[in-house]
Amino acid sequence: MKLSGSHILIECLRREGVEVIFAYPGGVNLPIFDVLYDEKEIQVILCRHEQGGTHMAEGYARATGKPGVVLVTSGPGATNTVTAIVDAYMDSTPLVILTGQVPTKMIGNDAFQEADVVGITRPCTKYNILVKDVNDLAQAVKEAFYIATSGRPGPVLVDLPKDVVLAKTEFKYPDKVYIRSYSPVSKGNKWQIKQAAQEIMKAKRPIIYAGGGVLSSDASQELRELAEMTQIPVTLTLMGLGAFPGSHPLFLGMLGMHGMYWANMSIHNSDLIIAIGARFDDRVTGDVSRFAPHARIVHIDVDPTSIHKVITADVPIVGDAKTILKDLNQILKTSGNGSLGKHKPWMTQIEKWKQEHPLSYDQGEKIIKPQYVIEKIYQATRGNAIISTDVGQHQMWTAQFYKFDRPRTFLNSGGLGTMGYGLPAAIGAQIAYPNEQVVCIAGDGGVIMNIQELATAVQYKLPVKIAIINNKYLGMVRQWQQLFYNGRYSSSYMGDGTDFVKLAEAFGAVGLRATEVGEVDGVLQEAFAVDKPVVIDFQVDQEENCYPMIPAGAAINEMVFSDPEKQKNEKGQREEEKADGVLTA
Amino acid sequence: MQHIISVLVENKFGVLSRVSGLFSGRGFNIESLSVGPTLDPTVSMMTIVTVGDDRIVEQITKQLNKLVDIIKVVDLTEKEYVERETALIKINTRAEDRAEALRVADIFRAKIVDSTPNTYTIEITGDVKKIDAIINLLRPLGIKELIRTGRIAIAREEVKTVAVKEDKERRVLSQ
Repeated sequence: MKLSGSHILIECLRREGVEVIFAYPGGVNLPIFDVLYDEKEIQVILCRHEQGGTHMAEGYARATGKPGVVLVTSGPGATNTVTAIVDAYMDSTPLVILTGQVPTKMIGNDAFQEADVVGITRPCTKYNILVKDVNDLAQAVKEAFYIATSGRPGPVLVDLPKDVVLAKTEFKYPDKVYIRSYSPVSKGNKWQIKQAAQEIMKAKRPIIYAGGGVLSSDASQELRELAEMTQIPVTLTLMGLGAFPGSHPLFLGMLGMHGMYWANMSIHNSDLIIAIGARFDDRVTGDVSRFAPHARIVHIDVDPTSIHKVITADVPIVGDAKTILKDLNQILKTSGNGSLGKHKPWMTQIEKWKQEHPLSYDQGEKIIKPQYVIEKIYQATRGNAIISTDVGQHQMWTAQFYKFDRPRTFLNSGGLGTMGYGLPAAIGAQIAYPNEQVVCIAGDGGVIMNIQELATAVQYKLPVKIAIINNKYLGMVRQWQQLFYNGRYSSSYMGDGTDFVKLAEAFGAVGLRATEVGEVDGVLQEAFAVDKPVVIDFQVDQEENCYPMIPAGAAINEMVFSDPEKQKNEKGQREEEKADGVLTA
Repeated sequence: MQHIISVLVENKFGVLSRVSGLFSGRGFNIESLSVGPTLDPTVSMMTIVTVGDDRIVEQITKQLNKLVDIIKVVDLTEKEYVERETALIKINTRAEDRAEALRVADIFRAKIVDSTPNTYTIEITGDVKKIDAIINLLRPLGIKELIRTGRIAIAREEVKTVAVKEDKERRVLSQ
């Protein structure tokens, strides 16, 4: 029997196990929506803006590990997805984006709602393809899912001209894909894995530095086994949070620009860094030339281009983290006896660093400190929620104060730093897990960037909670202006004209507000008791800064812990004490 | 240092743009690029000449390998290879210069492929040095127009342990 391109497309999605697509209709993809009208198995979520829809797909993909599927129309529909596609590309999130296109005969004629979407997205997709013949459609879709989810995952875009989805042909779904020019490596080189084991057995000051790759390859269990067997402490990147239990005694917290002092000091002073599914991002390394001068580096990554890109690895291992860690653990189990876990002095040193500069903030009696809100959310959700964030101070505070115990529970835009990511990502996660607690922690700047998706949350009755850390500023920008631009707050003040409670109510959601410390607990309780989308406006200290911090251009061991004035005072005090000491001596 | 990279690609639309986009997007410069069909009509061969230190060229070859439509990447500079380039050079030929033009062409075993009352068009094939040399000698006669194909190159022996996709891993290890 002959089927139309639209039917073939939907049938392909079904065979790929797609349960939900994030979509927005328009002229050229109407034939596909017409088929979706009768579709029972696949849920269609109508977003309010294609960027929001694509971030939803990202949230869905990051929370589930399955590819997120987006269906939009040509021209503006497609270009609106671009920011989120770049976001997914940077964070290795598997997406399949289906874009409508004008009929093949009109391509290149400046037709209505035409854009060269394959051209526009070429540098920001793992692969993209314009399907010019309905006979190629099933193969293209099959390949899209395969490429998006294998190796280092990423977004794949399939551009579908209107005449192609209308044309009919025999439907045959390929059972297998073989692409001669694409074969991601999964098994690690045995000899190299042995080398890595040797390095681990020799090391006196080892540290595991793991990232999002551990989550992508579902290797959390193997990572934990490695850490517990060797007693090597673990630090995670922003993208990796959740890959190792946040409350585990071997966990050092996040590293990097706003990471834990002791995690950074451990990296800096280590003699062996075992990097797993992480890419030595500039927010992690600080000044590369001064990064971990004494460390040997074992680097495990599925993407060969990540290896030797920033830091030269002594033992590079290309392949899937889960497979490699299994092999490595096996070797260590059989031959590591007696030589593992013998680094007590190192652990003592790390403990000392922990005592030196613990994470802290001063919660006064009245004004709410943003960090306090995060801690309260952690308590209220018993550390068990799926949390999404936007980008900025609140994102870093969440990474610092929320202890993620489970994989795939922290959704945020790490590589691209996309404001407006949090709310739609939370919606995507809530759709995947209707019974889980999903909280979006956002800033007052970013939340506005995709606030329209609140309408989506209300329409589909998704009980997401949106906690706005409202400091009336673009907080991270203001912080940098304060520290590095002489306090000249150029265009970073957002004003207090927006009434987020009324805004929530206008969308049909619940709006709550807390302005004093005493109200935080109650408001959270109230929010979690409601089975509806709730926006909570936490009016927090306007000029709280995010510390500790590695200033731009500094090395990883050169962290700053407080505002300059405060530092001066502390230094002054120390000097006075010293002077006193000298006098009394 | 200059590198000649041989890239076997799927013969599909958009592939050239992917390759050139990879260079431009990372600020790598292409000195020359030539593409042509192979014995297999579904596959094309590109010869790319680029300049960079080892680290940059390693990134380039790995990034090329990562592109889905690329079948095989070989950095020819790592081995013995033969390279050729063809140039067409149109020169002014005043009566008094003609003999000199013919002499130069003869020395380089170049051919006059077209002549008009005022011009000769000379075809020259050789390695870059040879082409640069003939250009230098013809310049005083007045070069009106010059076009070069860009270099093509081929490994001298059969290519074995190179950056074939399957060997990607081994290649990383050997570094």
